[in-house]
Amino acid sequence: MSGQTLYDKLWQSHVVQQRDDGSALIYIDRQLIHEVTSPQAFEGLRLANRQPWRLDANFAVPDHNVPTEVHERSGGVAGITDPVSRLQVQTLDDNCRDFDILEFEVNDVRQGIVHVVGPEQGVTLPGMTIVCGDSHTSTHGALGAMAQGIGTSDVEHVLATQCLVQQKMKNMLVRVDGQLQTGVTAKDVVLAVIGQIGTAGGTHHAIEFGGEVVRSMSMEGRMTMCNMAIEAGARVGVIAVDDATIEYVRGRPYAPRGELWDQAVAAWRELHSDADAHFDRIVELRGEDIEPQVTWGTSPEMVLPVNGVLPNPATIDDTGRRAATERALHYMGLKSGMSITDIKLDAVFIGSCTNSRIEDLRAAAAVVEGRKVAANVKRALVVPGSGQVKRQAEAEGLDKIFTAAGMEWREPGCSMCLAMNSDKLGEGEHCASTSNRNFEGRQGFGGRTHLVSPAMAAAAAVAGHFVDVRNW
Amino acid sequence: MKSFTVLQGVVAPMDRANVDTDLIIPKQFLKSIQRSGFGPNLFDGLRYLDEGEPGQDCSKRPLNPDFPLNQPRYKGASVLLARENFGCGSSREHAPWALEDFGIHCIIAPSYADIFYNNCFKNGILPIELDAATVDRLFAELYASEGYSEEFEVTVDLANQTIQTPSGETIRFEVDEFRKHCLLNGLDDIGLTLENAEAIRAYEQRWRRESPWLFDSVR
Repeated sequence: MSGQTLYDKLWQSHVVQQRDDGSALIYIDRQLIHEVTSPQAFEGLRLANRQPWRLDANFAVPDHNVPTEVHERSGGVAGITDPVSRLQVQTLDDNCRDFDILEFEVNDVRQGIVHVVGPEQGVTLPGMTIVCGDSHTSTHGALGAMAQGIGTSDVEHVLATQCLVQQKMKNMLVRVDGQLQTGVTAKDVVLAVIGQIGTAGGTHHAIEFGGEVVRSMSMEGRMTMCNMAIEAGARVGVIAVDDATIEYVRGRPYAPRGELWDQAVAAWRELHSDADAHFDRIVELRGEDIEPQVTWGTSPEMVLPVNGVLPNPATIDDTGRRAATERALHYMGLKSGMSITDIKLDAVFIGSCTNSRIEDLRAAAAVVEGRKVAANVKRALVVPGSGQVKRQAEAEGLDKIFTAAGMEWREPGCSMCLAMNSDKLGEGEHCASTSNRNFEGRQGFGGRTHLVSPAMAAAAAVAGHFVDVRNW
Repeated sequence: MKSFTVLQGVVAPMDRANVDTDLIIPKQFLKSIQRSGFGPNLFDGLRYLDEGEPGQDCSKRPLNPDFPLNQPRYKGASVLLARENFGCGSSREHAPWALEDFGIHCIIAPSYADIFYNNCFKNGILPIELDAATVDRLFAELYASEGYSEEFEVTVDLANQTIQTPSGETIRFEVDEFRKHCLLNGLDDIGLTLENAEAIRAYEQRWRRESPWLFDSVR
């Protein structure tokens, strides 16, 4: 019998009950809660007169529709201009108070995007099962956790039972060996993977990212990789625990200490796939082959190297793919045969749960330092992932570099990744965005999103169009 | 939970792959703290020609005449015929809420995104997976039948796991036993899980002994 994958180990250690039909009752160690997908779950608990199963397994923070402008933010919840958003954030505060769940409220310095805050605070730990009513929960797998997005009915289910009913997924290994070129980052790697396997390539699978490139990545880079596992269709992305993981967790506010820490570390050292583990599918990429990536269409799989040329639908045999390519080119206002580097930009967004951590901001700042945003770029937002990231960046003077270049330095939140607050694109505007989805209308009605790394977004802001950051 | 037994209804086409949940229900409508009322904004960006806002009276908005759900022949549709990877993207349960509120109770497609697929069952919607060739054929039959409504109604029978098409064909589909059981009976799955409360408590005690650091945390 072959060994176990990391996902197998995480799954097996959390099975409460195996059922005959293949599904299992899985114990959940941590539920992360935000304002958008939780109100109906709390309401459901009340209607059924149920209590949360285990209060201290839950943690909440508002992020999706909090304002990021200082003046609107300074008034706290009451200061949120949009009454519908205000009610939603207020409802989270009320629910957490009523049910006695720990919440970092909007103007707490620890507030931020839930997938940035969890790892940063040690609320996310290796070996945990983690859920959140948000598909980018896969992010936390970077710490060797089994983390996944769920719908609101399951948010309620986990609140009430601490369990999830689920079928075990298949195992996929994405191995990236070799070495990345200078200027090529985790974001480019994961976009290249999605370009290769497609946006449904990981459906029904948990993806483990491995290989030399992943092993030598920072924890921030690993989080970027796992964050976008869902854009390849995989609810779960995982990366083995190693020294980098343990050093990252050490000393975090909610991480174990003293004797418990030693016990935990001993257990975490086992969180890797066995050498003879079986994977249902293995995908291999060479690090040195990966170029900076830019999406041109309306699905993350519509991605090209920065020196690429937009596809010609007439050369695509598959009718569905041809139609999708035509529709995407039309929506994006682009022509086949055009070079990626000829795409002009109206806006730049640096932020989101994919790329708003300190390393991302440093990479962007290094590119714009001493330069100015191009005249055709009407807006360039830099939105740190959390209050802690913001503080750190300010301590390093990064905010000054951004504002000197003509970029806006904002308060933490999801912001223009999904435009639930007032940060949104105008109709027809092209945006270089470090976020995760380029779907139609994602960043604003009629908005046109191009997904890139922070360094690529920063370079595009200065040049006014996409440029190869390797030549910067 | 709502139940699903037998559904006889008009089929409408959603003829593109990778329909994401942002397309099914755009983000501005996720600000609601309710579970209902999303139907008028289902496929908002495709269905209307203007930008929708929460709380708006949608009856006065300009409709996109090219969008199938706006066409008389698909009026009252309760079954959506779709393509690969339907429901990809975000975990928002607002997507099945919007479909259900609009009146779509069954989807037929070659494949679905995992989270969306799971969310459907929690809301009385049956997502049926058929092979791509069969879905292709259904699209062709659907487009060939003009005038429609009564002409292209299908009957979906969950207990027998069959779809009966207007041509008299019976197509069998697969569905997970546990999900089928819950959907047929409209069972409250939280209630079902809580029947195992003792097993959960036993697991929890053991897990707490083995991994005490996981229980030493956020308060």
